[in-house]
Amino acid sequence: MNAPFQPEISLDQLTVGTKARVLSIDWDSLDHAESCRLRHFGFDEGMTVEPLHLGPFGRDPIAIRVGRMTVAIRRRHAGAVRVLPLQQ
Amino acid sequence: MNPLPLVAVAGSPNAGKSALFNALTGARQKVGNYPGVTVERHSGRVTLTDGRPVELVDLPGAYSLDPASPDEAVTRDVLLGRQQGERQPDALMIVVDASNLDNHLRFALQLIELGLPTIIALNMVDLAKRDGLELDASALQRELGVPVIETVAVRRRGIAELHTALDDMLSAPFRGVHEHVKSDLVHLQRRAREIATAAVVSETPVRRWTHRLDSVLLHPVAGPIILAAIMFVMFQAVFAWSETPVSWIEDGVAWLSGVASSALPDGFLRSMVVDGAIAGVGAVVTFLPQILILFFFILLLEGTGYMVRAAFLMDRLMHAVGLSGRAFIPLLSSFACAVPGIMATRTIDDPKDRLTTILVAPLMTCSARLPVYTLIIAAFIPNQRVVWGVGLQGLVMFALYIAGITGALLAAYVLRRGVLKGSGGGFMMELPKYQWPPLKDVAIGLLTRVEIFLKRAGTIILGTTIVLWALASVPQAGPGQKQSEISLAGRIATGIEQVVKPIGFNHDIALALLPAMAAREVAVSAIATVYSLDASSDDGANQTLVERLRHRWPLPTALAFLAWFVFAPQCISTIAVTRRETNGWKWPLFMIGYLFVLAYIAAGLTYWTAVALGL
Repeated sequence: MNAPFQPEISLDQLTVGTKARVLSIDWDSLDHAESCRLRHFGFDEGMTVEPLHLGPFGRDPIAIRVGRMTVAIRRRHAGAVRVLPLQQ
Repeated sequence: MNPLPLVAVAGSPNAGKSALFNALTGARQKVGNYPGVTVERHSGRVTLTDGRPVELVDLPGAYSLDPASPDEAVTRDVLLGRQQGERQPDALMIVVDASNLDNHLRFALQLIELGLPTIIALNMVDLAKRDGLELDASALQRELGVPVIETVAVRRRGIAELHTALDDMLSAPFRGVHEHVKSDLVHLQRRAREIATAAVVSETPVRRWTHRLDSVLLHPVAGPIILAAIMFVMFQAVFAWSETPVSWIEDGVAWLSGVASSALPDGFLRSMVVDGAIAGVGAVVTFLPQILILFFFILLLEGTGYMVRAAFLMDRLMHAVGLSGRAFIPLLSSFACAVPGIMATRTIDDPKDRLTTILVAPLMTCSARLPVYTLIIAAFIPNQRVVWGVGLQGLVMFALYIAGITGALLAAYVLRRGVLKGSGGGFMMELPKYQWPPLKDVAIGLLTRVEIFLKRAGTIILGTTIVLWALASVPQAGPGQKQSEISLAGRIATGIEQVVKPIGFNHDIALALLPAMAAREVAVSAIATVYSLDASSDDGANQTLVERLRHRWPLPTALAFLAWFVFAPQCISTIAVTRRETNGWKWPLFMIGYLFVLAYIAAGLTYWTAVALGL
C-alpha cells in the first residue's frame, strides 16, 4: 500500500482552506526587509499555514493563517515558501 | 532636579499598546517628534499610589529589535539608549496580546534580554477567552522571570494592578542595562512557541468572529462593494450630519459680529475686528463639524481593524500604478489632512514606494478643501435630490473626491514609469482581529484634531486674515471705486489675474489664491473678508457670502475654481512636511511644480469645456 502521492508545491499554489506544512523558505529570493518581515510573522520550517482569503483583483495578495496570526503577503513572496499540503 | 523615571511601553503591533497607554495616562498626553526622524513621540504622566510621578513613553509598535521600517528603528534605538532626543528608559512595560502569544513573546523575550526592570501586560485576555483560549499567567511569569499582569485595556481591567507593579519595579534597586544580546530570531521564535504552549491551560476550538467577518468583508465580490459603500456613506455623512451644527456655528458667528459691531465705534478697529477677524475666522470654524465627522470615520475604521482590510482589497490595484496597499492608509488619511498622511508613509518600507505616495498624497482631497468645495457647491449647485437619500450637491462632492483619487493614481503611474522608475516593494501586513474601539480612544483622537484645527484657526488663519484685511483696506477706496480693486491686495491680485485669466479666474479668485497658500481654507475667509469690505460700498450689504458669489461669478468660473483646488499645492504645511520627510528641497519643489501645472490644465479644461457647453 502506497501512501497517496503528495507533491511539494509553493505556497501561492495552495488552494484556499488547505492546510500545509512549511518545508523550506528561499530567503535569498527576498530582500532584507522582506525576509525580516516574514520571520516576524512567524514563517519558519515546520509551521502550519493555511491560505484564507485572496485579493479581489488578480487573486493577489493572499491572506494566510500562520500560527495564531493572519497575515497578508503578495503572491510573489508566497512563491518563496515551499509547502507540503496536509491531508484534511 | 532629577528627571522623572522614564518607563517605555513597548510591544508588537496590534497588541493594544496604545489603548493601554491611553488607559494609563488618560487625555494628558504630549505628542511630539523625535529629532531627525519623523516618528511621533507620545508621552504622558502617571502618578503612582505613593504620589510619585512617572513619565510613560509609548514606543512605535515593533516585531523585533531587527527593524524592517523606520518606526521599528526608533523603538530599537530608544531601548538601546541611542535615540537622539530621548534618554535611556529606566524601566520597560511590554504589552503582549494574550491571544497571539506565540508571536508576541518573541519580541518580549528579546526585550527581557536587555536586562531593564520589566513588567509584562498580558493584554486582551477577554479576546483570548472569546477565542476559546484559557491561559495561566503565573506559569508565564515563572517561565519569563518577570511579573505578568492580566489586563483588558479597553475596559480598564488590570490598570490598578499595573500601577502596583510599576511601583514595585521602580522601588527595586536598579540593576543596570546589558548591551544588546543579539539572540537569533528563529531561536527566539521557537522558544516563544514553547513558552506560549506551556501557558495554555485549555483551548476550545471556536469559529472565530474575525474569520467569519473576513469571509464577507474580504469576499472577492462583496468586499470591494462594501468598501465603496463605506466610503460613500462616509462622504455623504460629512455633508448630511454637519448641517445642523454648522447652522449653530453660523448663528453664533453672526451674533458675535453683531455684538462687536454695536460695542465698537465705527472706524478702523471695528472694521478690523468685524470684517477681518470675525468674518475670516468665523468662515473657517464653520467647517469644524465636517472635519470632525471625517476624522471620526477614519479613527473608527482604524480602530476596528478595517483599515488594513481596505489595504488588502486595494493592494492589487495600487500595485498596478506602482504603489502598495500600504499606501492606501496614508492616502486615506490624506483625505483628512495631507500632513499626517505624508507622515504615515513611514510605514512603507520601500523608499520609492514611499516617495511616490508622498508626492501624490496632496491630491487626495483634504478636509481643508472642504470649506472651499462646500461654499462653491452651496452657491452654484442646486440642492436637488437625484434619488432617495442622494443629493446633487453630495454627488458633485463625491465627483471631486473621485477626481482627486484618479489624479493621484495617474500621477503615481507616470512617476513610477518616469523619475521614480524601479521595481515595486512588497505588501506584508498583519490582519488584526476585529475589535470595537473604545469610544474614549476615539474621543481622545478627535480632541487632538480639534485642538490642532482650532490652533490653526487661531494662529495661521487669524494672522493671514488680518494681514489680508490690512492689505485689502489700504488705501481706502474713494467714491465710485471698488475697495477690492483699489487696495494693495487688489493691485497684487491684478498681477496674478493676468496669469490666471485664460482659465476663467476673476479678480476675486486671484486675490484669494495667495493667502490660500498658508492654508487652503483661508481662500474662503479671504473671499469673505474682501466681500465684507466691499459691502460697505456695495448695495448688497445684507447678502450672505453664498448670495454674493452667485451674483459675481459665472458658473464656468466657479467650476474651474473647484477643478483648481482638486490639484493645486495650496498649503505651506504640506510642503514643509514633504521637505522634512524627503530631507531636502528637491522633492517638495518637484511636487509644487507638477501640481501647479496639473491645476492650471485641469482648471483650464473645465472652464473652456463649460463655456463651450454654454453653462
